[in-house]
Amino acid sequence: MSPVPPRRGLLSGTAWMPYALLLPGLLWLGLFFVTPILTLLSTSLQEGSISTGYRFTWRFANYTNAFSDYQAQFGRSILYAGLATLLALVICYPLAYFIAFRAGRYKNLMLLIVVAPFFTSFLIRTLSWKIILADSGWVVGMFQTLGLLPPGGRLLATSFAVVAGITYNFLPFMTLPLYTSLERLDASLIEAAGDLYAGPVTAFFKVTFPLSMPGVVAGTLLTFIPAAGDYINVRFLGTPSQSMLGNVIDSRFLAVLDYPTAAALSITLMFTILVLVGLYVRRAGTEDLV
Amino acid sequence: MKGNLAGPAAELRITNLVKRFGGSAMAANAFVAVDNISLTVPAGSFFAMLGPSGCGKTTTLRMVAGLEQPTSGEILLNGNDITHLKPYNRPVNTVFQSYALFPHLTVFENVAFGLRRKNEQNISKRVDAMLELVQLDGYGARRPAQLSGGQQQRVALARALINAPQVLLLDEPLGALDLKLRRQMQLELKRIQSEVSTTFVHVTHDQEEAMTMADTIAVMRHGRVEQLASPIDLYERPATAFVANFLGKSNLLEGRVTGTAGAMLLVETHGVALRLPAANRPAAAAELYVGVRPEKLHMTGTGAPVPAGHNALEATVTDSSFMGVSTQYVVRTAWQQELTVFAQNMGVDGMRARGTAVQLHWDPQHTFAVPRTGSPLETEAEL
Ligand SMILES: Nc1ncnc2c1ncn2[C@@H]1O[C@H](COP(=O)(O)OP(=O)(O)O)[C@@H](O)[C@H]1O
Ligand SMILES: [Mg+2]
Repeated sequence: MSPVPPRRGLLSGTAWMPYALLLPGLLWLGLFFVTPILTLLSTSLQEGSISTGYRFTWRFANYTNAFSDYQAQFGRSILYAGLATLLALVICYPLAYFIAFRAGRYKNLMLLIVVAPFFTSFLIRTLSWKIILADSGWVVGMFQTLGLLPPGGRLLATSFAVVAGITYNFLPFMTLPLYTSLERLDASLIEAAGDLYAGPVTAFFKVTFPLSMPGVVAGTLLTFIPAAGDYINVRFLGTPSQSMLGNVIDSRFLAVLDYPTAAALSITLMFTILVLVGLYVRRAGTEDLV
Repeated sequence: MKGNLAGPAAELRITNLVKRFGGSAMAANAFVAVDNISLTVPAGSFFAMLGPSGCGKTTTLRMVAGLEQPTSGEILLNGNDITHLKPYNRPVNTVFQSYALFPHLTVFENVAFGLRRKNEQNISKRVDAMLELVQLDGYGARRPAQLSGGQQQRVALARALINAPQVLLLDEPLGALDLKLRRQMQLELKRIQSEVSTTFVHVTHDQEEAMTMADTIAVMRHGRVEQLASPIDLYERPATAFVANFLGKSNLLEGRVTGTAGAMLLVETHGVALRLPAANRPAAAAELYVGVRPEKLHMTGTGAPVPAGHNALEATVTDSSFMGVSTQYVVRTAWQQELTVFAQNMGVDGMRARGTAVQLHWDPQHTFAVPRTGSPLETEAEL
């Protein structure tokens, strides 16, 4: 293939123009991303207390201490976020599939309904789950009637409630990318699979699902990454025994004012997520798909 | 290799096939895409469905493939009713108009797809043999996006053919290729068909493509089969004005039957007596169109002798264009109808100037007749 000549826009003609166009974005990133990260990094290596003041001493022990003290919360962050991501995928895939292929003229209406929760605040939505899962609520009543919960058993203040809350809050983030990739899928490919002796189930797993991988990867990342740092769902729907790393960071920063530990935990979580995401994207092999 | 790559070719029979879109079957707003088609495709033949865009070719093919359910009618393969079988249960494969290659699979896996679904043996060897047949050996590891349009077309063909279908359906398989590649692929397809000897049903709107490739052509229009015949019969004895104009050029003269003389039918057109084989008479009606192809007309100066028994007309040259191998003249008759004449460039007499009075004559055997329904111009406008 012959090389495609670079596109010439209205503002082209000078070599520096593309870089000039990047400038606002770079400034923004420098100011609001790089600076805080560097501050966070330096804070995580300080020692002292709020009364005596903090000094930068390369105190790497902050990391080992934070990790050994909050292992359980760390594990729960990854576990709850992972569970919620998996649940959201299982719930949203059929929904996105239906909207993309079967909704016909109701497509836009259904998409609107999917994003409708965004019209109310995250807090309000999470609080309303508190009402839904309340001990006197109909959900608990039904679970007890069906024998899924012992008499007097609760849903609120359990891991179930926390995972359910996280799952719910991130449904739109999962649905929209899935919908986009399914919508783009050429229906004649599914027909071709049928013509080549694939039944509906085989056609789904051999053609539809692999071709929707970009949506699956985008949706799971958009769910998993923020979910791993979430602390609102635990605060409203759980108890300290469900607390996630986000809750620890929240209380270390804002209540205990133990900045170095909070910073060390933040950096650790960020790094872990980066590694997990890197491994995942590599394994999903999305670079082949586009 | 013959017969190794394909299963036994089957005869395809379609009877009273109807497809309505939109609304219930009885609804007045329903659109009839396929309107009561019946035809038989002999086993092992290269069959073409030819017609202008929107005449229902794709819909018919999709019903044979099982991708569309007929509103009514039957589809038989070697006498077995397959009308209601799912696509994946039919021994029929399709080369899709847009190829529909799986972008996430290699060329090899695209071609192997059907064999893997059927858990067949020797997949690797068979795929390699098939890629060789379509001249793509060595391309197995590539992705469809890394191939040219012509190569993608071959992969689509290989992917369908490797399953040894009893009937192979091709929906405008060459439509996306440029003219030169299209001509080349036409020959290629013809070669492959004779090698695998499967029944090919080839859909196209390109009359030249259908003529050069097919043993039998069904000319379709408005969801119906207008005429089903060999390319030669379609050209020499078109059954309708539409066919006469869709395949090549025709001169159609309004005529009226005045009688018969032996095996010949006598027709009068604008005061001129013409003769044609009575066997070419389309219907009992007295009113018809008499047709003759532009290359069958001989053009001479007025007063030159006309061979005995030939039909003859007087006209005036109104336009000419030199095309090297021949010259295309437009002449006007006394009743102001324009006719086209192709005069072969024999190098004997020069071009005839505009305004020259000429005489046209032709062999009655080269005269056909079609029913006079609608005007010939109307069908021309449709093209
Ligand atoms: N799914 C459909 N719904 C409604 N109308 C359709 C559908 N598919 C085809 N048609 C109509 O049926 C007619 C025949 O279409 P098609 O078989 O694709 O024609 P061709 O392949 O000869 O160009 C067209 O007028 C087209 O608009
Ligand atoms: Mg078509």
